[in-house]
Amino acid sequence: MQTGPNDNSIISRVLQGEQQAYADLVKRYQNFVFSICLRYAPAREDAEEIAQDVFVKAYRSLADFRGDARFSTWLYTIVHTSCLSFLRKKRPDIKSLDDDRVFAAADTLDSGLRANQVEQKSRIAMVNQAIRLLGPDDAKVITLFYKGEQSLEEIGLIMGMEPNTIKVKLHRARQRLREKMEKHFSQEVKDLV
Amino acid sequence: MHEQHHIDDRLWDYIDGTCSEEEKSFVEELIATQQEWREKYHALLDVHQLMQHSIDLDEPSLRFTQNVMEGIARLQIAPAAKSYIDKRVIYGIAAFFFVMLAGFLLYGIGQINWSAGAGATGSLLNKITSPKIDWSLFFNNTYVNIFMMVNVVMGLMLLDMYLTRKKKQSRGKLS
Repeated sequence: MQTGPNDNSIISRVLQGEQQAYADLVKRYQNFVFSICLRYAPAREDAEEIAQDVFVKAYRSLADFRGDARFSTWLYTIVHTSCLSFLRKKRPDIKSLDDDRVFAAADTLDSGLRANQVEQKSRIAMVNQAIRLLGPDDAKVITLFYKGEQSLEEIGLIMGMEPNTIKVKLHRARQRLREKMEKHFSQEVKDLV
Repeated sequence: MHEQHHIDDRLWDYIDGTCSEEEKSFVEELIATQQEWREKYHALLDVHQLMQHSIDLDEPSLRFTQNVMEGIARLQIAPAAKSYIDKRVIYGIAAFFFVMLAGFLLYGIGQINWSAGAGATGSLLNKITSPKIDWSLFFNNTYVNIFMMVNVVMGLMLLDMYLTRKKKQSRGKLS
């Protein structure tokens, strides 16, 4: 996902009154914004609502985009704050990791995944399913780093943390992802390694 | 376990390219000479490459862009904050508080009886700091005193904000 002069030229056109040009920016980033929102709001309808809200907020604040950071970094900051606002309002039913029912549910998911492993042989499906099993922050850091092509400093700006903290979070997220993959897709991981 | 984490962290820094040249050479040597490091490196590299090429993004509904454009159709882009926040106004308010603080300080100093046991220097200071102004005409009203106390507190808050910003800037430069 390359940003740069192209994004800035679209933004200039929008600021000069060409509202329809904003659709290009939406199309360019909608998948990414939606994917991050989906990490925090598992229901697609909620995630879409948050994602739409993000683009509307970005449009209204477009004049405040100074251009000293990448547009993607600025946009993902809005995504981050919007997702946190959603979590505060929604107060999802958070279960303790020590709850036996959580483990039972995870086991059910696990057996479901194994039952589908013949159909989901592709490594892409394996990685993406493993990411869905991660916590929202872990999934977000991994998505921002690998798919969003954001540096540690940029991710730090987005999440309001120091780059060193992001580095540690990224390392831990990758470790947890590896553990998820080994636990749920042990044969596929062995085939790949 | 701790050592395992340590190896993992160093190898991830190496794979991400975020370590120094010296660290990079050191890790390369360890990978070349130690089997544990070599195996760990290949395992982590596989995961890294897997994530680089395999992460998929979810797609929203087909109407998503249209919904967003309909949402912004009635909106106006808000003017940039810098266009209506004039820094000169902020500096002016800051200058006002500094002048008030300086005024209080001088008043406070002027209340001190410098001539008490200090001889010629004291009486000279007394003349400088206690000009022939009847301050009680200005500072005898309770409300004026309360107003000035509030100004002092706000001035101190401003100073604190300024110093905090300076500290953050210097921390940013160091990192």
